[in-house]
Amino acid sequence: MTSSRKVGFLQGLRYQGGSPMLAWMLHRVTGVGILLFVGLHVIASFLMQQFGSDFGTNMNIVYESWAFQVIISFFVIFHALNGLRILALDIWPQLQKYQHEALWLEWIVILPVYGLAVYFLVSTGLTGT
Amino acid sequence: MKARMVQPGLTFEYSMWIFTRFSGAALILLGLFGMTSALAMGARTQMDLPAVLRWTFFPNPNHVVNTNIPDVTLGWANAFWQIMQILIVFFGISHGVNGLRMVAEDFTGRTFSRPLLRGTLFMVWIFLLMVSVYVILAS
Repeated sequence: MTSSRKVGFLQGLRYQGGSPMLAWMLHRVTGVGILLFVGLHVIASFLMQQFGSDFGTNMNIVYESWAFQVIISFFVIFHALNGLRILALDIWPQLQKYQHEALWLEWIVILPVYGLAVYFLVSTGLTGT
Repeated sequence: MKARMVQPGLTFEYSMWIFTRFSGAALILLGLFGMTSALAMGARTQMDLPAVLRWTFFPNPNHVVNTNIPDVTLGWANAFWQIMQILIVFFGISHGVNGLRMVAEDFTGRTFSRPLLRGTLFMVWIFLLMVSVYVILAS
């Protein structure tokens, strides 16, 4: 049931939900981001394959640039690992009291994995291999 | 906390909730399988990170044709990998379009336009599925 009082985006940001709210927001943003990327990539590949289209080729050039990949790999890594946390807490609801620790653990895993990915992407991107 | 005396029925939203969890886990497992196979089929020394990720999420010949892997066609352009990829796109697109449905419904609420929203997203889902399966089978 939606409430009839409309809360604007900036007003909503003032809600001090902390780490759980950040995780929820990022999960949505990364989810929609991944869907846009995958959807456009599928369509661009279809156009390239069927019509040899320039539009398709150029879109895929953007996707293959290392800067874009640095962004999309954060989206994928975060969405997958946060999703695993959500899945675990849905299967074992008695672990809900460890939400705080679960979020800490999640960031401790995400940041090194993402850091490693960025290292590989930037080093091959800047050396041009 | 005791269980409810009357269990709720299997509504659309409840089944989509279950499907989201199941498809998310399936995508991670399929991705791990893809990454393991990629490493076993020559990715250890002959590819960079983006190529490994392309293989993980979508193992098809187009994604590996620019690498130094010797047998791209025999290795990847067969029925097993095509079916694996179809599973990945099915779970991924369904998971994603359902997520988009949830976010959109949070913004629009329970108004008369909800069936319209769901109908449009249904068509987007079918469209993406058909285009991606076509790309897989025709590559």
